[in-house]
Amino acid sequence: MFKLVKQLTSLVAMFAVLFAFSTETMAAKKSKTLENTKKRGFVRCGVSQGLPGFSNADESGNWTGIDVDVCRAVAAATLGDATKVKFTPLSAKERFTALTSGEIDILSRNTTWTLSRDADIGLTFVGVNFYDGQGFMVRKGSGIKSTSEFKNGTSVCTNLGTTTELNMRDFFDSRGISYEPVVFEKADEVVAAYDAGRCDTYTTDKSGLAAQRTKLSAPDDHVVLPETISKEPLGPVVRQGDSVWEDIVRWSLNTMIEAEEYGVNSSNADMMKTSNNPAIKRLVGAEGELGAAFGLDNDWNLRIIKQVGNYGESYKRNIADTGILPDRGPNELWTKGGILYVPPAR
Amino acid sequence: MNNIIKKFLPQILAILFVVLIFGFLTINAQTNMDNRGIDFGFGFLSQESSFDVQFSLIEYSGSDSYARAFLVGLLNTLLVSFISIIFCTILGVIIGVARLSSNYLIKNSAAWYVEFFRNIPLLLQIFFWYYAALRALPLPEKANAWFGVTYMTVKGYYIPAMVWENLNVFLYCGLAAIISIIVLRNYANNLRDTQGKQIPVLLYSIAILIVLPLLSFLFGGVSLEFELPQLKKLSKISYIYEGGISLPPELIALVLALSLYTSTFVAECVRAGIEGVSKGQKEAAASVGLTPNQVLKLVIMPQALRIIIPPTTNQYLNLTKNSSLAAAIAYPDLVLVFAGTALMQTGKAIEIVSITMLTYLTISLTIAAIMNWYNKKIEIKEK
Repeated sequence: MFKLVKQLTSLVAMFAVLFAFSTETMAAKKSKTLENTKKRGFVRCGVSQGLPGFSNADESGNWTGIDVDVCRAVAAATLGDATKVKFTPLSAKERFTALTSGEIDILSRNTTWTLSRDADIGLTFVGVNFYDGQGFMVRKGSGIKSTSEFKNGTSVCTNLGTTTELNMRDFFDSRGISYEPVVFEKADEVVAAYDAGRCDTYTTDKSGLAAQRTKLSAPDDHVVLPETISKEPLGPVVRQGDSVWEDIVRWSLNTMIEAEEYGVNSSNADMMKTSNNPAIKRLVGAEGELGAAFGLDNDWNLRIIKQVGNYGESYKRNIADTGILPDRGPNELWTKGGILYVPPAR
Repeated sequence: MNNIIKKFLPQILAILFVVLIFGFLTINAQTNMDNRGIDFGFGFLSQESSFDVQFSLIEYSGSDSYARAFLVGLLNTLLVSFISIIFCTILGVIIGVARLSSNYLIKNSAAWYVEFFRNIPLLLQIFFWYYAALRALPLPEKANAWFGVTYMTVKGYYIPAMVWENLNVFLYCGLAAIISIIVLRNYANNLRDTQGKQIPVLLYSIAILIVLPLLSFLFGGVSLEFELPQLKKLSKISYIYEGGISLPPELIALVLALSLYTSTFVAECVRAGIEGVSKGQKEAAASVGLTPNQVLKLVIMPQALRIIIPPTTNQYLNLTKNSSLAAAIAYPDLVLVFAGTALMQTGKAIEIVSITMLTYLTISLTIAAIMNWYNKKIEIKEK
């Protein structure tokens, strides 16, 4: 008798566990963020306060840049319209709080993927849309050709709350050079301070240096030193805890990169539906049921490619043609000597 | 019984309400942080900070802990507040007295000064000094020497550093001088009260203050040398000064803006205090034969101070809190270093913001306590 009761309880407990488990997987299939986004009618995206090539607004308030395109791709996939994005310009200091507090749903703001950010503060990085590294900019007239020529007492301007601040310390400490860090909250303030001669050098990610150089009073009087002192994989970030939304953002970015790999672009995407290559057909929604995995229709990836373009188009439009970094360097496809490599969409 | 309920029920309800609100906020924050996988805790304070700070009063490097970075920020906040409080008090007293001057020019320039500086937002004034005024300064190699040995440049104000030998002997002499002045004053007061004799206390005090430290130089083995800033080449076109002390432009801009702005309010407090002493007091004092100086020192000021101190305390508190605007111009104060960089690098938003808030509260309460003590000391003592 006693044994039977015991068995019964364990049976009930097992059911309870099973039940709990099954509701959980049910909940996981549904994305709260996606639901809210559809209800709201636009994607809420956090971007920089103005970094040409990555996220920058023109006079009429139109945002462009490769970081902006990630959010547009998600809008195209989830809402069917790449223009349905509300951009929130954020300083480096504000960005993570804006995301964790739910003010925005995607942070696409040239943010470096690091262990502590990924694991510690309630964020999840979904991929890399730009491989960068930290560099230094100096005045041409200084005659400095390499970072090894920095002397004690060099004053360095940079942004508050970035990995740059930490790398800079590692760099100068390991070489035993004393330096004066001058840190501002806004990128424009850093540029102004460096321009006025407050600092001898300006350090941030090399792409950032190239972009900010255009804002200086005499851009041609400044050079970016050849050394790269850190790895800065930049990519979009989402809140922890909504794995479906995380997947949507990840695969929206991956779709853009894979489309370039297979030669699918915004002008030929429709024609590719009749391609002989099954991988291409999957990429334009003509084969398979890929969208269903995150509760989207089957044209989600076709819309991304048609409305935003593939990664190569985005890079050319935003970074190469604007003269910021014409050479793609590591941000070239793995098939062409770069390190851009994404898992297959199948 | 009924009375007791009437008396205590509203208070108990009020307390319950406050407790519930705080409880709700705590639980709400807890659940939200749990959902997002954020841990709560102060363990990060002992971790290595791994970032550097531009300007620090104590030894600090990136290998020190976050707790020490907090201390660096706190000391920088206290430094800028302390200097600004001194400057704004001196300026405020001068301007306040000037507003009561019978000279038309002095009176009106003082009034213009007050109206101008107190009616422009402080943040704008900080921006003006930092971005407009100090940015227009020359580069180090082009700077002219001020007073022969100091250099005002876009990278900061370079002044000679003092190199002391046997500094402690000198400090002891200074301390001895201050103690003897206090003793002398008490003796003089006593003499006046009992025998009606007056001795020139101020003159003696100044003499003691000069002679005692001077003796330490002659016989105590104290010596003072100045280390002058020397121009040093960093690259073909960039220079800095080495040796001496460098005051960063961020500090200078902040002190200028804070003390000019707050001095206008202090000036108004001083004016109110002096005008608040009734005219009859002055006339009565004059009619018993006191000189104008004595009238001011013995009759007007003691009464005026009672009016001046409480509102001036408010201004000191405002100034200290306003110093957090430092973050706008890269001065490494508590907000920039701790609630800025440290917060970003650790992600411990709730912990760091609450520590910062508590710190400002503590600073303010301390200043208020000191000023209240002083106020108590000078208030009317009924006999």
